[in-house]
Amino acid sequence: MKNTYIGSRPGLLAKKLVSLLLQGMVLAAVLGVAYILFATTQENLEIRGIESGFAFLWREAGLPIGDSLIEYDPSRSYGYAFLVGVLNTLLVSALAIVFATILGVMVGVARVSNNWLLAKCAAIYVETLRNLPLLLTLFFVYSVVLASLPHPREAIVLAEGYFLSKRGVYLPRPVAEEGFGIFVAAVCIALLLAVIFWRWAGAYKRRTGTSVPGFWGGLAIFGTLATLAYLASNSPIGSELPVYKGFNFKGGLALKPEFAALLIGLILYTAAFIGENVRSGIQSVQAGQIEAANALGVSRGVVTRLVLLPQALRVTIPATTNDYASLVKNSSLAVAIGYPDMVSIGGTIIGQNGQAIEIIAMWMAVYLTINLIISLVMNVLNARVQVVER
Amino acid sequence: MRSSAKFAAMTAVMLAGTSPTLAGTLEDVRAAGELACGVSEGVPGFSNANSEGIWEGLDADVCRAVAAAVLGDAGAVRFVPLASKQKVLAVSSGQVDLTSRTTTWTMKRDGAEGVDFTAVVYYDGQGFMISADAGISSATELNDVTVCLTTGTTTELNMTDFARANNLTMEAVVFEGKREAVEAYASGRCDALTTDSSQLAAFRTGFADPSAHVILPEVISKEPLAPLVAHGDNQWKDVVTWVVYGLIEAEELGVTQANVADMAANSGNPSIQRMLGSSGDTGGLVGLGSTWMVDVLSAVGNYGEIYERNLTATLGLERGLNAQWTAGGLLYAMPIR
Amino acid sequence: MQSRTVTFHASPPRPAPVNQTNAIGWMRRNLFGGWKDTAITLVLLAILLSFVPDLIQWLFLNATYQGDDDVCRQNGGACWPFIIEKFQVLMIGVYPQDLSWRPAVSALALMGLAALTYSGRIRGVTLIAAWAILPIFALIMIGGAFGMQKVDQSVWGGLMLSIMLALVGVIVSIPLGVLLALGRHYGSPTVKVLCVTFIELLRGVPLITILFMASVMMPLFLPPELVINNLLRIQIGMILFSSAYMAEVVRGGLQAIPKGQTEASLSLGVTPARTIAFVVVPQALRHVLPPLIGRCIALFKDTSLVIIVGLLDFLGMVKGAALDTDWLGFQAEAYVFAAFVYWLICYSLSLYGRRLEQRGPSAHT
Repeated sequence: MKNTYIGSRPGLLAKKLVSLLLQGMVLAAVLGVAYILFATTQENLEIRGIESGFAFLWREAGLPIGDSLIEYDPSRSYGYAFLVGVLNTLLVSALAIVFATILGVMVGVARVSNNWLLAKCAAIYVETLRNLPLLLTLFFVYSVVLASLPHPREAIVLAEGYFLSKRGVYLPRPVAEEGFGIFVAAVCIALLLAVIFWRWAGAYKRRTGTSVPGFWGGLAIFGTLATLAYLASNSPIGSELPVYKGFNFKGGLALKPEFAALLIGLILYTAAFIGENVRSGIQSVQAGQIEAANALGVSRGVVTRLVLLPQALRVTIPATTNDYASLVKNSSLAVAIGYPDMVSIGGTIIGQNGQAIEIIAMWMAVYLTINLIISLVMNVLNARVQVVER
Repeated sequence: MRSSAKFAAMTAVMLAGTSPTLAGTLEDVRAAGELACGVSEGVPGFSNANSEGIWEGLDADVCRAVAAAVLGDAGAVRFVPLASKQKVLAVSSGQVDLTSRTTTWTMKRDGAEGVDFTAVVYYDGQGFMISADAGISSATELNDVTVCLTTGTTTELNMTDFARANNLTMEAVVFEGKREAVEAYASGRCDALTTDSSQLAAFRTGFADPSAHVILPEVISKEPLAPLVAHGDNQWKDVVTWVVYGLIEAEELGVTQANVADMAANSGNPSIQRMLGSSGDTGGLVGLGSTWMVDVLSAVGNYGEIYERNLTATLGLERGLNAQWTAGGLLYAMPIR
Repeated sequence: MQSRTVTFHASPPRPAPVNQTNAIGWMRRNLFGGWKDTAITLVLLAILLSFVPDLIQWLFLNATYQGDDDVCRQNGGACWPFIIEKFQVLMIGVYPQDLSWRPAVSALALMGLAALTYSGRIRGVTLIAAWAILPIFALIMIGGAFGMQKVDQSVWGGLMLSIMLALVGVIVSIPLGVLLALGRHYGSPTVKVLCVTFIELLRGVPLITILFMASVMMPLFLPPELVINNLLRIQIGMILFSSAYMAEVVRGGLQAIPKGQTEASLSLGVTPARTIAFVVVPQALRHVLPPLIGRCIALFKDTSLVIIVGLLDFLGMVKGAALDTDWLGFQAEAYVFAAFVYWLICYSLSLYGRRLEQRGPSAHT
């Protein structure tokens, strides 16, 4: 412990040299241990005749995957199968983040509500979900989802082409028909016009002080133009309806029970944590500020938007960043309920050819990348809400 | 300083270009006084801990037989439950001395995953189970079905091969554990369940109404299940191999748990005398004591008794392929002489 | 400048405030404050009424407390005899029954310690000393000394295993986390880079991958003569994982200690090592006790993941019990029981954390 630095105290040259020497020794020791581990691993792999390297990624996988965003069949390669898993992880994480945020904000606001019943219900929800292992919640949601749904033969028909059964939710798949390209172009133009209007409304308000409903006006422009374009290009979006054939539904878009259970479980669990962040954010704003704004006759909506929210977010965002990162990592529990995420498929590949080191390295790389992206985005967001200190 | 010595030793080994081999498991087991035996986390009939924590099943009894032969004490086994993914690596890395866990003998495992298989203890094959009211009588009719199965085994590969060969579309729901897969099938998530036929039978007995489920006649793969040991330790491989042959040979010769002591003393059959050490020392050929099979048989009985106890009595499995060659099965022990 | 007369008008008298003290007043204030509040209250009440009575009926009123599975099926409610019969297996797994007094004694000791800690009767060094008796109970559980029969760790399971994994995990990972945090905060550049790499690498990946690595791959990293059993490998994995998170929590505490503290201590001639050990770390830990408790809860919840690598912890035993063929169709009871136990433990820990938080970082703990 002699070499412990405290701050950066200017020292004598000799001291610096000693410190450099010690650092070098630490580094050498760590590298040495790393090398021994590496060498042992190599030796072990050699004794057992386990091959190493990433060549297996191009070999035929032969493993079945139940739920894929992209076209997949078992004759594809291991690498492609892993990609299917990565996409599934991304899909479920992205959707869960969006919905958990919505639910979490609702729960957090409910917890500080003046309505006693609402606040208590929110508190019970938070304290229950936060104190149960996610895995238990997932098992529970999965078995409830499965138990409550009917056999596909007796599927619940929600509407023409919408089926609900133990095989999941089947929806009509939108199919592009003739004129789709023109329609897309028209929608883009409408969007552009709407944004231009919105920006103009903002500028106009700053210039003259007269408020123009920029957002709603823009939305109205977009909606009208897009509907006109749809009608003008003669309804370019068709749909492929799922049909029950043999044992299963064919065609259409499918939302599998495993996916649904994982999504619901992740949303419920993470929303409890986000709810707490939101609550502590709101409570961190001094009551005096709200009272002052109220006393000035500012409307409740504006108080929330311009006084409460910007300050609450300062507390909420950093904590929520961590929760998003945990959510992505927690999506790996998919493996327990049979959803083919990256860890599940990677695990199968390990089981089949024993190349665990490569797969685990790939897992790490993907998770670290996702987490990096999340913290980058959230840092940008965070920087925008922080007080500029003068 | 130990690590630097180790480091130096290893560098020397690498410079010399020789790779050290794993050897001496037999001595290690004798020195430890117990056999570390890898089993499953719970497959009824093969290896399953009962409510008192006693391991039961065919695979567990193979562990006991080896311990009896090596240590003279069938109780000197430390059962190590292994997940499917660990079963090969655990033995190749020396975490267990022996894996006896419904493991299929494949060329890839034998050749490229650092293990050696010993002798087949159970000839299995993958099958399908489907609910009886589906009205299906052959696996080739299984088109457009959803199938529940477990990962980390040969099961999923066999299924996709079968589907491709027969031009069938099968949708898979792949689970990490057997229990989850069975549970999902039972709750109606899948139309069919696929795994080794013996296990299908075992799981079917656990359903509320077993007659509501049928096991389709097609067996879509060969699944010779054998205990495995680390690659490169020939003596240890011999020990395990010949203990399994001994169990099978004993059934063929009619030596049972009940009569083994009597046979050892009084039998006039030279084959029995050789096996039980009454004449000659067959055990010594692989480094075991001369009474090796007496110890084994008095502890667990012969193959037929093990099978009856674990698979017929509880799961109602017929002998089928696992009958002696003299009874039309595939069991054929190499001669002990 | 023009002078103006300003006249103040009295505002019209307001009605007397409604009674806010009695039950009706309370309800009016807290449940039916306005039409929005009233609507929310009514909707929530409708939702609650739709399932809470049924739930109570199932849990208690229609439930069976004695008898076998047939009685349960007749009654239709929850089947508690199922849990009672499985209780031992859920708690201690397949630990030998004739030795079940060992986990029982250890559990009692643990509960006693927890109660003592929670009551706040003992604090500081005494508290740490009290917890230091735990290894004795670990020895009792393992046996093998003083003529006690040795119990192999492969039979450890159930709630006992979950608690053991969490306890050992916490006890080892906190000091490790402190070291990592110190390395990251005060270390020389090399040490800092190493600590940051370790922390961020482990925090960046899910626990499952660490557990896979520990149970499947660790044997490959080690020389063949070094055999570590599966349970211990998984325990090591959990400790490393947890220590990275603990380090981040502790770092928050280190940052909260004003620089004057170290400067004052150093200028008094205290060595840097002693300054850190006796001035900085104790204060920093006191600051972050509540989030540390939060990490302990997280670690306990995380132990449920070990069923994915083949250990039968509490949740694993619950799943096993749910599939018992003698008691088919009572899964819900098993899950409800599991949820209750997990919730009880985690919630009491979080209550403790909240109490520490209220007491504040300066209080003597």
